[in-house]
Amino acid sequence: MKLAYWMYAGPAHIGTLRIASSFKNVHAIMHAPLGDDYFNVMRSMLERERDFTPVTTSVVDRNVLARGSQEKVVDNITRKDAEEHPDLIVLTPTCTSSILQEDLQNFVERAQLEAKGDVMLADVNHYRFNELQAADRTLHQVVKFYLEKARRKGTLPDGKTQKPSVNIIGTSTLGFHSQHDCTELKRLMADLGIEVNEIIPEGASVHNLKNLPRAWFNLVPYRELGLMTAHYLQEEFGTPFVDITPMGVVETARCLRKIQQVLNEQGADVNYESYINEQTLYVSQAAWFSRSIDCQNLTGKKAVVFGDNTHAAAMTKILAREMGIHVVWAGTYCKYDEEWFRDQVSEYCDEVIISDDNGAIGDAIARVEPSAIFGTQMERHVGKRLDIPCGVIASPIHIQNFPIGYKPFLGYEGTNQITDLVYNSFTLGMEDHLLEIFGGHDTKEGITKGISADSDLNWSKDGLAELNKIPGFVRGKVKRNTEKFARERNIEQITAEVLYAAKEAVGA
Amino acid sequence: MTLADTQPQALNFECETGNYHTFCPISCVAWLYQKIEDSFFLVIGTKTCGYFLQNAMGVMIFAEPRYAMAELEEGDISAQLNDYDELKRLCLQIKRDRNPSVIVWIGTCTTEIIKTDLEGLAPKLESEIGIPIVVARANGLDYAFTQGEDTVLAAMAQRCPSKAPEGEKEKEERNGIQKLLNFGRKKEDVAADESEYVNHPPLVLFGSLPDPVVTQMTLELKKQGIKVSGWLPSKRYTELPVLEEGYYVAGMNPFLSRTATTLMRRRKCKLIGAPFPIGPDGTHAWIEKICSVFGIEPKGLEEREAQIWESVEDYVKLIRGKSVFFMGDNLLEISLARFLTRCGMTVQEIGIPYMDKRYQAAELALLEKTCQEMGVPIPTIVEKPDNYNQLQRINENRPDLVITGMAHANPLEARGINTKWSVEFTFAQIHGFTNTRDVLELVTRPMRRNNSLKDLGWDKLVRDEAKV
Repeated sequence: MKLAYWMYAGPAHIGTLRIASSFKNVHAIMHAPLGDDYFNVMRSMLERERDFTPVTTSVVDRNVLARGSQEKVVDNITRKDAEEHPDLIVLTPTCTSSILQEDLQNFVERAQLEAKGDVMLADVNHYRFNELQAADRTLHQVVKFYLEKARRKGTLPDGKTQKPSVNIIGTSTLGFHSQHDCTELKRLMADLGIEVNEIIPEGASVHNLKNLPRAWFNLVPYRELGLMTAHYLQEEFGTPFVDITPMGVVETARCLRKIQQVLNEQGADVNYESYINEQTLYVSQAAWFSRSIDCQNLTGKKAVVFGDNTHAAAMTKILAREMGIHVVWAGTYCKYDEEWFRDQVSEYCDEVIISDDNGAIGDAIARVEPSAIFGTQMERHVGKRLDIPCGVIASPIHIQNFPIGYKPFLGYEGTNQITDLVYNSFTLGMEDHLLEIFGGHDTKEGITKGISADSDLNWSKDGLAELNKIPGFVRGKVKRNTEKFARERNIEQITAEVLYAAKEAVGA
Repeated sequence: MTLADTQPQALNFECETGNYHTFCPISCVAWLYQKIEDSFFLVIGTKTCGYFLQNAMGVMIFAEPRYAMAELEEGDISAQLNDYDELKRLCLQIKRDRNPSVIVWIGTCTTEIIKTDLEGLAPKLESEIGIPIVVARANGLDYAFTQGEDTVLAAMAQRCPSKAPEGEKEKEERNGIQKLLNFGRKKEDVAADESEYVNHPPLVLFGSLPDPVVTQMTLELKKQGIKVSGWLPSKRYTELPVLEEGYYVAGMNPFLSRTATTLMRRRKCKLIGAPFPIGPDGTHAWIEKICSVFGIEPKGLEEREAQIWESVEDYVKLIRGKSVFFMGDNLLEISLARFLTRCGMTVQEIGIPYMDKRYQAAELALLEKTCQEMGVPIPTIVEKPDNYNQLQRINENRPDLVITGMAHANPLEARGINTKWSVEFTFAQIHGFTNTRDVLELVTRPMRRNNSLKDLGWDKLVRDEAKV
């Protein structure tokens, strides 16, 4: 057992559901107790999704515990198949169902006999994998399922597309700025004259998966999601992949050069150097920023970085290499992929921290007292407590990290966004510091309006106690209204009863 | 007039598949740890439970809450690790870091399935570490959302002292001396003179409510000369009320059936079955019932209710004549439907996770009566609803307002159907006369929003082919 207050990566089924609900017309059925469908709330709230989340539960209750699910799961699958005609139904086990050890594969096979769509069991061990690993595995599973199906049916299309083309693998629902990144990548590919063959899983149809081998190469922007699929496509169809995250000016250039190499190896004869040069010097503002006086002021300032592998590694490199900031430590909660992270960031920071214990991370922040933190929502709160500004760069995230405005982290527009994020974090910290030196903003307390000191009114102890329970930001208003109420009625002593009577009368 | 005409239409109960969205009952720790200030809640479960809590409670999670997960790992599931040793290690850590007066263990689906004997382990560990351990099995296999509080309070009810401790009298005496010392000063306490109360058997109220509401309800009964001897739960675990045989108890919320049963059967208390004090009509009926049990003639209730209705007329007129559909997820549905019917709304359907017809008998009767008096059809009560079927019915009947969980709210809004997020009713102050406006504030919010946005022509924001 582990005492835990907070966790960075969710349970495995969340990863599976993220993949399933990213595809178009794919339905997930969770084998879970009542209340485990919290995924629907998150998707509906965080992404402000207009459509119903295609996830339902085959409820595990007392009866299931006593007698097994029996027909229930099969019925739920065939019912959903008839109601919504999904292309694919993914039966998703949860932590509860995995200890029941029911033969879910058998249910899937039985349901498949009746269902018009495809039915599949997500093959994920709840106690061994987290959300990110499960998402990677599920995407691989779905892709493999449809490519094998197409191969059996003989419907796999032959050869590559005429022009150079790419599959973008790894944009998914509830991903950090994933939608915006996807738009930016499409724009980048268009600039380079590369056709986008397929984007998976977000918005993709499973019927199109058979077209994946037609791309010249695969682009996997995120370390956590899509690599398994890319490896599979390389082994089966020889499709090369580029797994350099185009985040930051230097890494974006590196990614583009790698793409250039991959395409030229297949006889494309492309040269992106002038594009990279033009974008770096004049389109992205990040290179210019790093020369400007603003950035000079940041030289040697201390920062810490924490997040998932992709974002924490890229951010560490940007801070150290592109802005001259001193990254005291960089860390990740992707413990299962620790080696990669160390390899990426070791030369750009003093220390590498691998942990998924938010208490330990909080302590590590307090210990080094950085001028700014770049982390998840949790680190933002640590920052609040320690009075250190924080830029949020990775999941887990809140609704404010699903902005409506265009805010990619990848590509050249991404470099601009990151520049703003970094600079705003540091200047705010600086301002705070100056304020502290000069004794803060105007420190004089405002004079209470309206009620003069020689008030004829008394607040009884219980009245005052009740008043104090009212949240600070409305307390003044409630106090004024109550006193007005009391004065109009010639009440001298304001008790709790008077307070509430005033509330009823005037909505104080 | 034929007999059929006068025959009142009876309530119609249905039961569907139970395929609906609700919160897991472990969410009760969110409000209970805040209510019981010296408690610590330990949820013994998996990452799934932790993920739910952390996301459902949003910012509260960062305020160093007095709850944590005992996250089960593979070794715990396969019994390679010893439950007792593991729990002891964690509870000692909690004792060291937080020093609570009680640790509440919340059993989850996983502890049910692997049959961890929490009730058996607790007394042993309790005597070893010297902190009371209360066990509540608030799991998704058996319960929905607010029923979590019910399981915790039922467990707490067993811990209430059965005799007023000797110290109590002493305190009384000291207070007496205090009174003498304070002679001449103004009397300030709510718990004032005994003389203000009618002589009646002790009354204990059960249900976790925010402190201001506790004060309001206590004062409301004081006006009738009724003294509230205690609340279950109280602000601190160490202040749990005395429960002697023959005490009277009354429920504040419709989801407390287990607690009520425990109080009656185990503590030999007498339950006052009343409608719940939600809305002025409910509050009126609640007070009236308590008064009638104690043989008191209620004073000024009619006027008070009328006065409250008058003060909220501006809100009531926004919903009068409109229709409402409860999808059902928190068990407050019957009381809210009854109140909204009184406001002049037509209730199309009352979905509810679980319907205890005995505990809610008085509330159901009041609902029926209210429907007859308001001349509206009596709605069907759908226990264990099926959300998919409900969405079909909503699409067919196009209610003016759907009270639903967050999973369906945005998609329904995008289809031009007004929604109110049901969870807000569990966190807002909705009890008593004083909070009538707050309930209506929630219910009318979509209507008021519509008034500000009307004429924009933006009420349907999905393409026609989108499915319901």
